[in-house]
Amino acid sequence: MAEEKERPRTIEAVGTAPFEMALGPTWTRFFEGIKEEKIFGTRCKKCGRVLVPARPFCPRCFEPMEEWVEVAQEGTIVTWSYIDYTYFGLEDDMIPVVPATIKLDGTDTSWWGVIGGFDIKDFDLVAKKVKVGGRVKAVWRKEKRGCVQDIEYWKVIE
Amino acid sequence: MKKVGIVEVTQSPGAESSLSLMEFTYKTVKELLDKVGMRRDEVDTYVMASSDVLHSGMSCANSFDIDATGGFLKPFSRTEGDAITAFVYGCMRIMSGNYDTALIVGLIKGSENADNDTITSCFADPFYSRPTGINETTAAAMQMRLYLQRYGITEEQCAKVVVKNLGNALFNPYTHIKKRVSVEDVLGSERICDPLKAMECAPKSDGVCAMLLASEEKAKELTDKPVWFKGWGASMDTFYLGDRDLLDTPLKSAAASAYKMAGISNPRKAIDMAEICEPYAFQELLWCEQLGLCGQGEGGKLIDSGATQMNGSLPVNPSGGVLAMNPYVSRGLYRVAEAALQIKGKAGEHQIDKKVNTALAHATYGFCGQWQGVVILGS
Repeated sequence: MAEEKERPRTIEAVGTAPFEMALGPTWTRFFEGIKEEKIFGTRCKKCGRVLVPARPFCPRCFEPMEEWVEVAQEGTIVTWSYIDYTYFGLEDDMIPVVPATIKLDGTDTSWWGVIGGFDIKDFDLVAKKVKVGGRVKAVWRKEKRGCVQDIEYWKVIE
Repeated sequence: MKKVGIVEVTQSPGAESSLSLMEFTYKTVKELLDKVGMRRDEVDTYVMASSDVLHSGMSCANSFDIDATGGFLKPFSRTEGDAITAFVYGCMRIMSGNYDTALIVGLIKGSENADNDTITSCFADPFYSRPTGINETTAAAMQMRLYLQRYGITEEQCAKVVVKNLGNALFNPYTHIKKRVSVEDVLGSERICDPLKAMECAPKSDGVCAMLLASEEKAKELTDKPVWFKGWGASMDTFYLGDRDLLDTPLKSAAASAYKMAGISNPRKAIDMAEICEPYAFQELLWCEQLGLCGQGEGGKLIDSGATQMNGSLPVNPSGGVLAMNPYVSRGLYRVAEAALQIKGKAGEHQIDKKVNTALAHATYGFCGQWQGVVILGS
């Protein structure tokens, strides 16, 4: 079992299998809201926190979250980054990306989003406009599919 | 050895569910906590068994599935393989003396995944085996042929397992398949992989099973009828089918370890009932032999004798078994849960009508039962 000096022979294996995963009532209702340009969270009756996107139960208190709350479409940047490399699923024509976590007004969590609406290829400009603590608002796609991508990007409020 | 007691178990409804995996899991765990009157943060440790990629499609089991188990910010682990190992892992944590309570949960929504044969074909290695198209069903058919030929077991005897188990399942609210069938129905069903018939193969089910374990003192505090963990054995055979005698499986050594730990010398006498994992009908007969519940080659006679019927001397799969409910991954934990319910006398309509002091729960996965695990529970 000596190591080969040259590149060894390999077998290529690509697996595909179909999956169809139920959204269930909570996520279904959340995405119905998204189709109407509304963002819904759920409030925990025990700790009072509002979590967004809506959850079926509070992971902390382990109680069902049955109170639905429409939340603001504006919020504060908690933190952000600047993706400028490719990997499987994120190809050349898709970068750069400015991901951020955004705490929507009136909620007790922050939500992952992508900041856009200006020339984000210019990092200096991004660093000037995108700040921790800065304000953003949702910009919706015209055609809705009832999924998280229906929010096209978060626009910096100057 | 410190004692570990099963305090309480809950199971999701047997039917396919329209809930998300997270909601589906939460309901059964919440029901368990409410039943024992504990908050999730009062449980000392959590062990979850779920599938990461092939049996879930999400590939984020380690991180995503946790919220619904209640294990948030608690000592938490996830096991791969059959959920019966999560049960044993939880027992060991309590036996260590570091924890008084452990919540075990096995979860899967089989209805969302590709069929078992597509998935189990990925369990073959890409070098020698997968290109031949082998999967658990084709491997089982070859094992069945050998079983019929070597010991003169008949196809009718194998079909009787389906009739018995689906008949039992009619009395268990937590099963997937609700259908009374005859030997003729089974023998007349499609020969999908000769000699294996379609009705002799387990379905693919949605199933969450949750269980609370506790140390001896804590268990006595939480329930008036704890079920005690008595023994455990597991064994794994070599991967290559051709290197094995398919009728001489590692279940023999798994059972020997479990019996030794539980102090059982004559399993046929000591075991009052058994929950056996039979993804293919004939395997219930073969596994009974390997477990020492009857002699080698006598699995056919065992089912003919009526001993393994619900009202027999050694009921096997009063729950309906895996042929009625097959939440792959969590199915081994279901066997433990059902055995515990029989000892507690809380199995409801499928409670067997004799006292159960010692029960056996079995789990298996892999081609022709490559991996085998046996748990012994006692009153």
